[in-house]
Amino acid sequence: MNISDFLKGSPDGFDVQGPKVICSFDVFGVTINLTETVAISWLIILAVTLLLLWLTSGMKTKNISKRQVAAEWIVQTLYDLVESSMGKHWRKFAPYIGALFTFSILGSLVSMIGLRSVTADFNAPLAWALVTFVFIHGTNIRTHGFLGYLKGYVEPVFVMMPINVISEVSTPVSMSLRHFGNIVSGMVITSMVYFALSAVTKGIGIAFLTIGIPAVLSLYFDLFGGFMQAFVFIMLTMAYISNADGRAETAA
Amino acid sequence: MENTEMIARAIVLGASAIGAGTAMIAGVGPGIGEGYAVGKACESIGRQPESSGAVTRTMFIGCAVAESTGIYGLFVALMLLFLNPFINKL
Repeated sequence: MNISDFLKGSPDGFDVQGPKVICSFDVFGVTINLTETVAISWLIILAVTLLLLWLTSGMKTKNISKRQVAAEWIVQTLYDLVESSMGKHWRKFAPYIGALFTFSILGSLVSMIGLRSVTADFNAPLAWALVTFVFIHGTNIRTHGFLGYLKGYVEPVFVMMPINVISEVSTPVSMSLRHFGNIVSGMVITSMVYFALSAVTKGIGIAFLTIGIPAVLSLYFDLFGGFMQAFVFIMLTMAYISNADGRAETAA
Repeated sequence: MENTEMIARAIVLGASAIGAGTAMIAGVGPGIGEGYAVGKACESIGRQPESSGAVTRTMFIGCAVAESTGIYGLFVALMLLFLNPFINKL
């Protein structure tokens, strides 16, 4: 493609693709697509499982190895974070929070080794946000009872009910859209810049612009953005879950 | 007849591009809001350096929540650009 094509807007030019469908199954008339996202998620799960097996193998109480120190540091940091933001009686949520964080950050970082980010598919953050949604409402029902939970919807006055319902439903939507939007905007901007730079270098004839600049952008969007969004996602999860419990005020 | 259709497509595509650009005006609000929040966080860290951890954490959550309107704008813009819902309605 020449630079003049780029300036005119080339017909075969820039496009953003969704995740590719590897194969599809028909289960009772419902088509289930096995997409790139699912396959890469399996790879991540496999990698994390192997890493954890390696980290936790051969644990001792005396003469501990560096590997065990690293594993203990990870667990300790996670539990400290959960305790400091949710309170002592929420320690049991730490594994869920840790899994969410690991999956989210690795799902964003796989784009650095050339795979498609798991979080650049809206289904992945939506699924996590829905699990969080179930946790929020489960906690609410468990602490206030089912009638108390329903009463929460008509809380100040009965007229407020539609607004309360909308605000509850918008929680998972906004959480997942935020994560997805941040990652996918990084992806789009990086590929747009790459497209423009390759058009310019083709116009000039020497490919030198495409070497360094997209890597810097990718470092910012994938590394910093991915980490930030994973962190924000778990912080919001913890805040919402501990808010669903009336005891949160006394614990904090 | 074919010419008319092409003109119609061109109008829809051009209007979608303008719409995508207009949707990104939504980025102004979160920018101002987040800048204000970060400024306040810096002030309070300057006043109480020992509470910097809690302030930073709260600020990040606040920024993320404030950002969602901007993300919605971005979402609309991306949809108009790459997933145009109007072009098939011709």
